[in-house]
Amino acid sequence: MTLVTVSLWGLRTAVVAAVIAGTTLTLLRSRYDLSQWFAFVLAGITMGSIYAQVALGYTMVYGVLRMINFAHGDITMGGAFAGYFVASASNRAGTLQVHPVLAIAATLLAASAVAVGIALLVERIAYRPFRHVRGFAPLVCAIGASLFLEQTFRGFFGSSVKSYPDLEWQDLAFHVGGVRVAELDLVLICCAVAAMSVLHFIVNKTRMGAAMRAVSEDADTATLMGIDVNQVVVLTFMLGGAMARIAGVFYAFVFKQVYFYMGISLGIKAFAAALLGGMGSIPGAMLGGFVLGLAESVGPALFFDGIGVRAPFQLRDLIAFTLLIGVLIFRPSGMLGERVGMQRA
Amino acid sequence: MATPLRRATATGVLFGAVAIYVAMVGLLSVLHTRWIVVDCISLGQVALLAIAIGAGLVAARSHPGLAGVGAAMLAGMAAGATLAALVVVMAVVDLRGTFIALSPQLLALLTFNGTLARGVAVLLGAGAALAGSAALLARLPRLPRRFVVAGATAVLAAGAFTELIQVILQAHPQLDTLREHFYGSDGLTGQGAAWAACLGATASALGTFVLAHMPAHAAAPHGMRRWAPAASLLLLLTVLPLIAGSYIDHVLMVMALYILMGIGLNLEVGLAGLLDLGFVAFFAVGAYTTALLTGDNTQALAALSFWAAMPIAVLMSVMVGVLFGIPVLGMRGDYLAVATMGLGEIVRIVVVSDFASPLFGGAQGLVQVPRPALAGRPLDSPLQLYYLTFVAALIATYVAWRLEKSRLGRAWMAVRDDEDVAESLGVDLMRVKLLAYGLGAAFAGLAGSLFATMVSSVYPSSFQLAISVNVLALILVGGIGSLAGIVIGAAALVGLPELLREFGEYRYLLYGTALIVMMRLRPEGLWPSGIGRPGHRRVQA
Repeated sequence: MTLVTVSLWGLRTAVVAAVIAGTTLTLLRSRYDLSQWFAFVLAGITMGSIYAQVALGYTMVYGVLRMINFAHGDITMGGAFAGYFVASASNRAGTLQVHPVLAIAATLLAASAVAVGIALLVERIAYRPFRHVRGFAPLVCAIGASLFLEQTFRGFFGSSVKSYPDLEWQDLAFHVGGVRVAELDLVLICCAVAAMSVLHFIVNKTRMGAAMRAVSEDADTATLMGIDVNQVVVLTFMLGGAMARIAGVFYAFVFKQVYFYMGISLGIKAFAAALLGGMGSIPGAMLGGFVLGLAESVGPALFFDGIGVRAPFQLRDLIAFTLLIGVLIFRPSGMLGERVGMQRA
Repeated sequence: MATPLRRATATGVLFGAVAIYVAMVGLLSVLHTRWIVVDCISLGQVALLAIAIGAGLVAARSHPGLAGVGAAMLAGMAAGATLAALVVVMAVVDLRGTFIALSPQLLALLTFNGTLARGVAVLLGAGAALAGSAALLARLPRLPRRFVVAGATAVLAAGAFTELIQVILQAHPQLDTLREHFYGSDGLTGQGAAWAACLGATASALGTFVLAHMPAHAAAPHGMRRWAPAASLLLLLTVLPLIAGSYIDHVLMVMALYILMGIGLNLEVGLAGLLDLGFVAFFAVGAYTTALLTGDNTQALAALSFWAAMPIAVLMSVMVGVLFGIPVLGMRGDYLAVATMGLGEIVRIVVVSDFASPLFGGAQGLVQVPRPALAGRPLDSPLQLYYLTFVAALIATYVAWRLEKSRLGRAWMAVRDDEDVAESLGVDLMRVKLLAYGLGAAFAGLAGSLFATMVSSVYPSSFQLAISVNVLALILVGGIGSLAGIVIGAAALVGLPELLREFGEYRYLLYGTALIVMMRLRPEGLWPSGIGRPGHRRVQA
């Protein structure tokens, strides 16, 4: 056994032991009652459905191009910004309260135009020249694109945090066993599942989906078979951008806030979700998103509180990053995906 | 005939779009606050000129002779028209509620303080005239062209770095009359600009003359020609801080710190091909170790001197590097980058949390880190701290240079070029990668240690992901694998934004743009090392 194997086993044992110890102690102490746990779970699923939609964009692009679209989080941010301007305009005009469905549709439409536009521009300027390049140049260029987008939005719209207008029906909720369930959360979860189903259908049942799978398998052979690779890539980015805009707008409706650097952390976490589910797998991205959302929301209370960690919710991001690295080390193929990471040059 | 016309127009519109972007992102207004020649032309106006000239040069490139000048004028006019469209929109609708940069001041700048119609006419006319003259200039013989370019560059440099030059001149009172003649309160005077142009042109003429009349065989021998630029760079970095003021010393100190980190990251990325986005973690470990061992705060573990704490800090960084490296270095390519980024973030989250605050001070950080003392006297001034960092960077350069030439260096490059081949040739991948990661961490730890004593306090907010990206950007821009390139990169990406202070908030925009542009146009960097284009292997279809 080499040093590496020994230390990996050590790491694995330590993490599992910490999780088990923390969980047992927390449950024994019973600091939280059942309805609190239920609230954590619900919040986790809501957040997870947003991660899932952003993760779908990562997975789509990875599946076709075998590259990490590092700027995806910032494309989401762009969609959220566009949505903010339409939503606040329709709020001033009064349509948001009178015809909420119409206004939200308009918001989504504007956001989608912007997000898809940004996605296509990024693809054309920063990614296409590197399609046949191996090594870190494509990733570096993607990091550059991410920074560029972030700073452009800061320059255009300022560095202040913008708050989305309130919706009246947003406060609608019903109670299940003493726990408040907001309707918006349900809408969000349904949207995420619907988005995944649509994508799954497109990829597996349509002609375009067949072309995507062919390009993913072997781009050069696909070209020989008469598939326009550029067209497929553009469509992939459009679908990814569309997912990002829905996620961006919903994120903004739930958390009420839009700011120029929101893309980075959202992007990294969604990437972790995509990886957790298995890069390139559409149901995997969904599953990964929900698992990450749950782990982030339930985790701090469940794992850390028991060990006696002060202010456990500050360590929320720690869980996401530990999951990210853990998946990369121990199961690069994720829960449902192909094996990546180790074999890619 | 329609296609060349259309192409010239398209070029112009593209450059016009760049101008609109620069205006909307707020950069133009910021640059406009700095005079090049007082009450005559500002840096923002120079940016507009540069865009028109760029449009002219690009459009003229595809046509020979005078047709090129015509194409350039068309492109310049198209660029002007594109920008004029923004001006008209701004004059008609107030977009300031959405796009905060579209202020009345910007409108005044773009209409040249006149009416809308006059402004549009000037934009169109000046665009065409500038682009046309740029194309004409490109058609001049080499010698006069070089004079004009050198003169313009001299004026631009003398104007943009007014503060820097003023500070240096102020240190010598006997030059006061000269200074007052050439410089107004915040830029060149007309007379100063004329002199700067003459000086630049003369210098360029002298240089051309000397080069042309030096017999080829008497010219510097091969080895010297290779070393001359590096030696002059070294001389500049040694002497410049002595004559510059303390502000420049401070800028140079930060630059030297980044050079030190760049050398470390270059071992990982440039030599071994390991893309590390969590480099800041080792910087943080070095800084925190130093603060804990020397600081006068409640968290302090010991009261060592800086000189005793520094080696321990470096050692700690190496240990953390190896600890982090063992699990993640088996990954390849992009996944290693993401995993290291995660490690860097984990370090920051732990350090900032309340949970670890008894040890690391949480968000309040660690304060009262003493300055290093030499012969009983603390090194307090920026100049002394600069020399401290400079010496550290020199030692690091020597170590990196020896490593590169060693057996280990060759193993790193083999791993970088092809891992599988390297392994089949008997390179122990894990060992070699761990060494690269650990040694890179050592340099970052040293930089962190110096940083802690330099700013005499350590806050978690100093250790953002942005630092890693910053160091990566500077080695990629300068030329990966090249030690001189790191200095150039640090000067361009760290020194320049510090000098043009109002530009500071746009530095990350500069990094992002620089990364994309460099990767696309010049992946080998500004000062290539001759190792080709690492990270840029083209696979055959």
